[in-house]
Amino acid sequence: MAEGDSGEAAGSQVDGPVLRMVGVVQEYRDGGRVIRALDGIDLTVAAGEMVAVTGRSGSGKSTLLNLAGGLEEPTAGRIWVDGEAVDAMTRTGRAELRRRRVGFVFQSLNLVPSLTASENVALPLEFDRVGPKPARTAARQALERIGASELADRFPDQLSGGERQRVAIARAVVGRRRLVLADEPTGALDEMTGRQVLRLLADLADGGAAVVLVTHDVELAAAADRVIRLRDGAVDQITERPSAPASVAELLR
Amino acid sequence: MHTEYVIRGALLALLNDRAKYGYQLKSEFEASTGSAWALNIGQVYSTLKRMERDGVVLGLGQDEEGRPRYQLTAEGREELAGWLSAAVERSVSSRDEVTMKVLMAAATGAGDPTLCIAVQREVSMQTLQTATVARDTATSLADRLHLERLIVSCTAELRWLDIAEEALAGGRTPAPGEVGDTTTTTLRTEDLHG
Repeated sequence: MAEGDSGEAAGSQVDGPVLRMVGVVQEYRDGGRVIRALDGIDLTVAAGEMVAVTGRSGSGKSTLLNLAGGLEEPTAGRIWVDGEAVDAMTRTGRAELRRRRVGFVFQSLNLVPSLTASENVALPLEFDRVGPKPARTAARQALERIGASELADRFPDQLSGGERQRVAIARAVVGRRRLVLADEPTGALDEMTGRQVLRLLADLADGGAAVVLVTHDVELAAAADRVIRLRDGAVDQITERPSAPASVAELLR
Repeated sequence: MHTEYVIRGALLALLNDRAKYGYQLKSEFEASTGSAWALNIGQVYSTLKRMERDGVVLGLGQDEEGRPRYQLTAEGREELAGWLSAAVERSVSSRDEVTMKVLMAAATGAGDPTLCIAVQREVSMQTLQTATVARDTATSLADRLHLERLIVSCTAELRWLDIAEEALAGGRTPAPGEVGDTTTTTLRTEDLHG
């Protein structure tokens, strides 16, 4: 949690955390029944941090990600992205926030097949009425940032699964978006390719992005600085990576 | 004496190409297994003596610098081939301490088994986090493979902790009309054995 400052003050600071959730509750109606998917979540993710959210299916992981990205509106609680209060936004406001500040990476490799990698990466900017030239430049920069410049002119069907996911990650950070939300981003990939994608997300965090990774796989989650385990919609356990790096000899006895 | 057996196998392998003296074997052992396992030179020579007695190596006497050298015999070559080609049988100890703590807490009510699980989960996750970073920056094949094994065993432990937690949660829900949970907990303990 942010250090001791009041919600409003911290929420409105641009230098503050990239993502901040306070007391977030999400309920769904299932006929006459109310299902509480999230039950009072507090979460702060700073720039430069990668946080993994784990838990069984139904623990609320994906709901948390949808709320952080403004895809859903919370039943209660407050959410800020880059200092902007998402919970107070209209549907249109949230859509704009998503375009401008949030990058999504999903398990399904949803690239547009008729566009090149570079055009796919530029797509969010074009929706945002950025001119074609600056959009193209930004797309090249995003691909370069993740070391995928060589893929720029290829079409999705000319890319391997791992390459497609790299393009999807470039698209998530195009135009300097600082919040990257990844939902089982390695689910469709083999183990080694999955690890590379994970490392790429960790590099994005090292480069100043705030990355939230949702995964059921504890081994992948361990790549994060902080692992948050959800259970029945609430935070069950938080594990921070020990700050002192252990030597191989210390780890292997 | 499993460790001794592994050292013996490794020394046979290191002597495969030519005769060597103790320090040479020690440093080659450490180079090929990574920084994880430092051998004691006394242990190297005592193992070599035993191997000489068993006829798998032959002492060549001291070289010009006074270092006793050893070479592989035909029997040694045979033992080496056997060691490398034999599969290692794995078994899970029924005396595993984590398993015992959880079972004892559940069976006796002396502690909260879910707390045992939470504490262990935190440590295993931290080891996993640290090992993941170390693996990604490992400079030798030996270190990397040692760390991959550590990662796999941490992952397995975390998985077991989840399974145990779920089994216990099932056990703590009292049956309709039931007051205490002693009976169900006992039942669950048996389930965990099964």
